[in-house]
Amino acid sequence: MAARKSTSKPDATAEELTGYYRDMLLIRRFEEKAGQLYGMGLIGGFCHLYIGQEAVVVGLEAAAKDGDKRVTSYRDHGHMLACGMDPNGVMAELTGRAGGYSKGKGGSMHMFSKEKDFYGGHGIVGAQVPIGAGLAFADKYRGTDNVTFTYFGDGAANQGQVAETYNMAELWDLPVIFVIENNQYAMGTSVSRSTKSPDFWERGAAYGIQGEAVDGMDVLAVRDAGRKAVKHCRSGKGPYILEIKTYRYRGHSMSDPAKYRTREEVQKMREERDCIDHVRNLLLEGKHATEDDLKAIDKEIKAIVNAAAEFARESPEPDLDELWTDIYATGEAS
Amino acid sequence: MATEILMPALSPTMEDGTLARWLVKEGDTVSAGDILAEIETDKATMEFEAVDEGTIGKLLVAEGAQAVKVNTPIALLLEEGEDAENATVDTAQSQQPAPADKTLTSESQPAVGKDHPSPAKVAAATPEPDWPQGTKVKKQTVREALRDAMAEEMRRDDTVFLMGEEVAEYQGAYKISQGLLEEFKSKRVIDTPITEHGFAGLAVGAAFGGLRPIVEFMTFNFAMQAMDQIVNSAAKTLYMSGGQMGAPMVFRGPNGAAARVAAQHSQDYAAWYAQIPGLKVAMPYSASDAKGLLKTAIRDSNPVIFLENEILYGRSFEVPVLEDFTVPFGKARIWREGSDVTIVSFGIGMTYALEAAEKLAQEGIEAEVVDLRTLRPMDTETVIASVQKTNRCVTVEEGWPVGSIGNHLSAVLMTEAFDYLDAPVLNCAGKDVPMPYAANLEKHALVTTEEVIAACKKVCYR
Repeated sequence: MAARKSTSKPDATAEELTGYYRDMLLIRRFEEKAGQLYGMGLIGGFCHLYIGQEAVVVGLEAAAKDGDKRVTSYRDHGHMLACGMDPNGVMAELTGRAGGYSKGKGGSMHMFSKEKDFYGGHGIVGAQVPIGAGLAFADKYRGTDNVTFTYFGDGAANQGQVAETYNMAELWDLPVIFVIENNQYAMGTSVSRSTKSPDFWERGAAYGIQGEAVDGMDVLAVRDAGRKAVKHCRSGKGPYILEIKTYRYRGHSMSDPAKYRTREEVQKMREERDCIDHVRNLLLEGKHATEDDLKAIDKEIKAIVNAAAEFARESPEPDLDELWTDIYATGEAS
Repeated sequence: MATEILMPALSPTMEDGTLARWLVKEGDTVSAGDILAEIETDKATMEFEAVDEGTIGKLLVAEGAQAVKVNTPIALLLEEGEDAENATVDTAQSQQPAPADKTLTSESQPAVGKDHPSPAKVAAATPEPDWPQGTKVKKQTVREALRDAMAEEMRRDDTVFLMGEEVAEYQGAYKISQGLLEEFKSKRVIDTPITEHGFAGLAVGAAFGGLRPIVEFMTFNFAMQAMDQIVNSAAKTLYMSGGQMGAPMVFRGPNGAAARVAAQHSQDYAAWYAQIPGLKVAMPYSASDAKGLLKTAIRDSNPVIFLENEILYGRSFEVPVLEDFTVPFGKARIWREGSDVTIVSFGIGMTYALEAAEKLAQEGIEAEVVDLRTLRPMDTETVIASVQKTNRCVTVEEGWPVGSIGNHLSAVLMTEAFDYLDAPVLNCAGKDVPMPYAANLEKHALVTTEEVIAACKKVCYR
């Protein structure tokens, strides 16, 4: 782990820290619940949990403003919760119910929210990268100052279309932030077994794109890097790469026993670098919150997640007629 | 011995061209590499160089001459000491490939004494054109019609933009986007790097973001690099998002065999794309359909695959002079009425279908020729109605025979019009081989008019 040290003196208000804590905790508890529901057979297919990586999306959302867009891969639950999508709708999509964001037709890997500018949820490794650049293209075409956060993993970083997109994004100065969530394993293949140039952000230099590596277990470091990247993009200087060094505690998907790494490695990360513990300590040490305050938040989050699980179980399966809807959009351009 | 300088073929599909300008005059000595003339093809103006040294004895074709056929002698090049009046000419014999043998694979037996149910009441399309009687028409090439369609839609809707390789400054690899950069500027007519997978995906993102991209593939052969974005991202997102967002966009470009460009540049993707729910697929034959369907495609809120054909680009057809002419998707056009056999085709397949129908008429067989125009949605109703009248059907396409559009139509007819059929439906398709380069082999690899005629006779038991 090449992560840098945490910021010693947090540049964040008590309110901000509490917010990050709450948002990260929501993702973690939500994912733990999803894991349980999977085990009970209520969630099927592939289910990729975000546990361990929470600081990435929460830190970057803190740098975003209204109208900014985000697009990611299939490990997408955290991104959706972080941008304000309803946990009920996300969980009900995981269970394939009518109350899900895609009416049960997309599942864990394919979820969208036009309202929250969340453009998926893409199941093909790397496919979201040119799409993210295209969203940024649309903003530039329209003359807005919005940016698009385009998330992908260390595995996707080796896809050809990522290189193709870097080239076009810099060529056309597109306001896109390429966020490489380097959790060190592309399914079961570690970075060291998949590339000899493991500093993914440096690859941008070949295309003239600026970037940097960021400690992904430190939400404040992520937020600060995000702000810098956003400033660069909004001012019309083109794309920016953030390689965020993070770690997933669970397997690639629910069916992955994660035999490719040691239990000790995972345990060490959890104990020494956990992103939620980090903010929890900042809150307590800075006397921004008491143990009781945090317990109250835990309780509140637990209630939200339980309600989401309840909603996802109770929501009916989609009507059989839904099989035949949403294949074609009706109507044409105005 | 003097040598004839022949009108050169400057593109795979060039059949003739204009001798725009001579850059030499009679009596000039030239060496290899000297520019002799400027020749205008339907795509570009090209300089034409001498390959041998010598003296220009005679210019056989005047400057400005139009439609000079490829291989016409345009000048005489003299060797040292010769003069133009008494030079002996070495005309290398140009050999045309001999017509290949025609074989039909399907065997069928006459259905004897079969009664037909009375024709069902299906509203069949009529041979009338898609514009009101009395509308003024003009002759236009498919190429011009496509450009006009894009220009009109770009004027109408400023979210429409064109991107692709060489679409802007080069004016289009096949000159389809001629003049668009000048009118719409580089913001809306965008040259891309050679990066099909990337720019197709980028365009999908732009469509998610509310724009209406037209993506030009230099040919659809290169779109295989972008297939994941077309199928997985563009076609499926509306469904996967429960109707929240889709990709209103057009992927267009030449599809199928051009001429002599061999296996990797000659594939017909009609059946591939027609299989994908979420895509719409148009494959026009005429210029009016090219224009009307492309305008409809650009306005459609779904991803549309628009399959053009390089050989058809230069063909002229009547196009109505109308403020806003569109052709709806899912409505076939009957080009010729007939009572003996229905020939169904689309795109360049129509050239074989119409030619076959004309020749068959001379032998007393009246074929009805149906142009599907769009393959998804497909107007099977018109086909069924026609077959209920003719009781016989032959399908024609240049693509491969396995899993073809013709196969699909055969299944539809067997299911929906079984009792009307007097003979098995025959599919005329490209041969089940990669496209060969050799001229004679290529001709044989494609469907031929003779095969269509033979198939029609076969289903008519003639």
